[in-house]
Amino acid sequence: MSSVSSDQHRIDPTFTALPYRRLAEAALNRARDFGVGHADFRFERVRYQHFSVRDGQLQGAEDSEDVGFGVRVLHEGAWGFASGVILTRDAAVMVAEQAVRVAQVAAGMTRTPIELAPEPVYDDVAWCSAYDVNPFQVPLGEKVDVFRGWTSRLLAADAVDHASGSLQQVQENKFYADLAGTTTTQQRVRLKPQLEAFGSDESSGTFDSMRTISAPVARGWEYLAGTSATSWDFDTEIEQLPGMLREKLLAPSVEAGTYDLVIHPSNLWLTIHESIGHATELDRALGYEANYAGTSFATYDKLSSLQYGSPVMHVIGDRTTPHGLASVGYDDEGVQSQEWDIIRDGVLVGYQLDRSMAHTYGAELNGGRSNGCAYADSPGHIAIQRMANVSLQPDPAGPDTDGLVGKVERGIYVVGDRSWSIDMQRYNFQFTGQRFYRIEGGTLTGQLRDVAYQATTTDFWGAMEAVGGPQTYELGGAFNCGKAQPGQVASVSHGCPSALFRQIRILNTTKEGAAE
Amino acid sequence: MSTPQQLVDHALATTASHECVVVVQDTTSANLRWANNTLTTNGVMHCVDVTVIAFRDGGSASVSGTAASTEQVTTLVEAADDAVRRAEPAEDRNDLVPGEQTGDWDAPPGYTSIDVYAGFARALGEEFDRAQAEQRILYGFVNHEVTTTYLGSSTGLRLRHEQPTGHYGCTGKTADLSTSAWVGGATRDFADVDATEMAAGLARRLGWGSRRVELPAGRYDAILPPTAVADLMIDAYWNAGARVAYEGQSVYSRRGGGTRIGDQLARHGVHLYSDPGHPGLECAPFVVASASSNESSVFDNGMPLSRTSWIADGALSSLLQTRQTATMTGQPVTPGIDNLVLEVADGSGSVEEMVAGVERGLLLTCLWYIREVDPQTLLLTGITRDGVYLVEGGEITGAVNNFRFNESPVDLLRRFTAASATVPSFSRAWGDDYFSRTATPALRVPDFNMSSVSQAL
Repeated sequence: MSSVSSDQHRIDPTFTALPYRRLAEAALNRARDFGVGHADFRFERVRYQHFSVRDGQLQGAEDSEDVGFGVRVLHEGAWGFASGVILTRDAAVMVAEQAVRVAQVAAGMTRTPIELAPEPVYDDVAWCSAYDVNPFQVPLGEKVDVFRGWTSRLLAADAVDHASGSLQQVQENKFYADLAGTTTTQQRVRLKPQLEAFGSDESSGTFDSMRTISAPVARGWEYLAGTSATSWDFDTEIEQLPGMLREKLLAPSVEAGTYDLVIHPSNLWLTIHESIGHATELDRALGYEANYAGTSFATYDKLSSLQYGSPVMHVIGDRTTPHGLASVGYDDEGVQSQEWDIIRDGVLVGYQLDRSMAHTYGAELNGGRSNGCAYADSPGHIAIQRMANVSLQPDPAGPDTDGLVGKVERGIYVVGDRSWSIDMQRYNFQFTGQRFYRIEGGTLTGQLRDVAYQATTTDFWGAMEAVGGPQTYELGGAFNCGKAQPGQVASVSHGCPSALFRQIRILNTTKEGAAE
Repeated sequence: MSTPQQLVDHALATTASHECVVVVQDTTSANLRWANNTLTTNGVMHCVDVTVIAFRDGGSASVSGTAASTEQVTTLVEAADDAVRRAEPAEDRNDLVPGEQTGDWDAPPGYTSIDVYAGFARALGEEFDRAQAEQRILYGFVNHEVTTTYLGSSTGLRLRHEQPTGHYGCTGKTADLSTSAWVGGATRDFADVDATEMAAGLARRLGWGSRRVELPAGRYDAILPPTAVADLMIDAYWNAGARVAYEGQSVYSRRGGGTRIGDQLARHGVHLYSDPGHPGLECAPFVVASASSNESSVFDNGMPLSRTSWIADGALSSLLQTRQTATMTGQPVTPGIDNLVLEVADGSGSVEEMVAGVERGLLLTCLWYIREVDPQTLLLTGITRDGVYLVEGGEITGAVNNFRFNESPVDLLRRFTAASATVPSFSRAWGDDYFSRTATPALRVPDFNMSSVSQAL
């Protein structure tokens, strides 16, 4: 983790000039007057910029900024939360009073008093995510021109009827302070670039699209500018996309059945997100999400006994991975970021926690301490447990992707994510992708279309025969993962190697939709 | 703190751009959430969001931010003015919509608070105790928000719209977690929401699950209640962009070029429309657009909206248009509206009456995690949840396992065999966060594709 002094220096001075310390003092002092057990103050400024381009033309661009603060109190065993946007001491006091009043109302309906796991105090610490060029400091016109050029290049190809591109960028600044004495100031930058080529085959009337497989990342403009060793190679992908789209349009329709699959990280990250990431959020497993996204089959009684997958399955959670979308210095309850095991040798051994769950369950999981998964996506929302970066580990001596393909007699190689869906307990899922290649006798023999893979989570991971080596490991991620009521979004990364799965059910999507 | 009207006037008075549109949205909201028969989280929120859209020489620039003072608005105005100086002429450029001040322009913003739940919260606490005693577990959420929009332009528009939006949803499970049910709905003010009635409805539905039947994957004669129909029709609406259809990339595209407007997509008698004045589903009667996209244009801000038919007597009649795409497609300008109504000409009766006519089939509750699989047919996948019931001889005789389905809402409008009367409905899949103003009938589909079994409860 970067040193306090260097990170403080990197934080946007237009944020540090805002009056959050004064507001925090006023709000926390007022909350203390009521004798609350805990109070925290969270001030945020979240900057967004999004633009979209189609066929070489700018379609729309939007800059927005969300500024405000929230006060959360624990009083009479219940949470109370209120937020505001007027940046005065009087307003901060009023919001604190509102939060206490809400807690008093809530206490009458809270059967199980809430308590928090302890955490060391961090006095005035700072953290800034690692990037070279803040995209908000690059002129919009310069960024748009890059995407206009890229979509024009795609459009120039015979196979492409239309081409679209978009870039989402976020700079998230947070100040947190609580009655215990922790004070944190943080800044994170992330972006999500996307290009998509659309084409059609006149003879069959089929239309389809193919998208770049670049992941959203906690990096800066250098990711797109080609100026860094870690820049994504958009040039090569743009060159290849039209041909791959044409091949897909003319590809044979898959025969439904069971196949061995080799799945590239650009697709597998999403399966990890849905079937492992969400399933191991402890609040889900305990029922707190039951009215919305659902619960989890990985219930707490199965800790240390549930065979989640094959013995080659090792999954970690963290908020420390460099350039991870969920990486941070301290969470929204003042807990320092950590790394921990979720699945080891295929067995469930851990969950994602916040301080209230850690108080009740943490002794078995993390020595009674939260592992730092509290997050709120805006000043107007209460912090809840959100997904950490959840990643499948490579085999240190594992093969490359070709080596995995070489182990398959009859199968399909899956690249890039597309459609996804999973049930309320994270059992039954169905995914499609950007490209599917037939594997015959250990080699790729052309694309297939109309492919979806469907499985039950533990069957799927139990069918994982091998994972690739570190040379196949890539960081994918979701920019807008949704959870909770009211709905909140969070960004999260998932690293994984390529992996080999045996005998997975494959659907033909055109046959699925064809009623008599 | 300045009033929204002051913020609008200040922005318009201080912009250096040729033309300007300003949108101020004042939102208050309150929510309660519960799980395991206890309240978990809650919140009260107030925010003021200002969008300044500057126009110059055919170009535009949009800057938004939280702003409660004229000083904060000045920052936004300066940023928008600066950005538009560098903007090239926009693809969707058009004259701004002219207009005048509406009668309610000077009214203050609407407001809600935690007090909207006063009666509900008391009864909910009692229902927690009752559920605990009767071996049931309740999980749920109520949300109420009021957003007041003030839209002003340098062409004279001063438009105000106050939008209440609320919903309730409660999942109930038996204490052994073997059965699950859900009730929910939309409301404008919570005056019509009763926690006791809500809990009683759940208890009744959980009772239907006392007999459990396992069924395999397959096609089933299924009744989709209004909630499940709303879950699917919203997707059909969201995907009805004219530009994407015209450019050959959607289910509404005509092979060989153009759109399928005029084509018979659904059964005769099917009407799908939006109307900002629809009783109980009232929504903004003018366009509000903070950015341009395939389906929206900042140049169309303030354009009046009126009843728009998307499907008339089964034929596709309109797609989501801006003035730019209307020119492209040669069709009328039909922007999106924030509600959706599905009516079937011979639809009548209730869900219960429809159930009585089923010899053997399924009654669903709602759908979940709906995602597009194939845009060519708008094939969607998703999950049934919180109540799939077996109907035998016109009666509900037990609860069935959940399924994953693969279906196209456009195709369903062709295949259904019966419809109930249209009633106000709430989409479980989309109503929480995205789209809560719908009115739909129940539909009976003779061959609904339950593609695989889901073990989820």
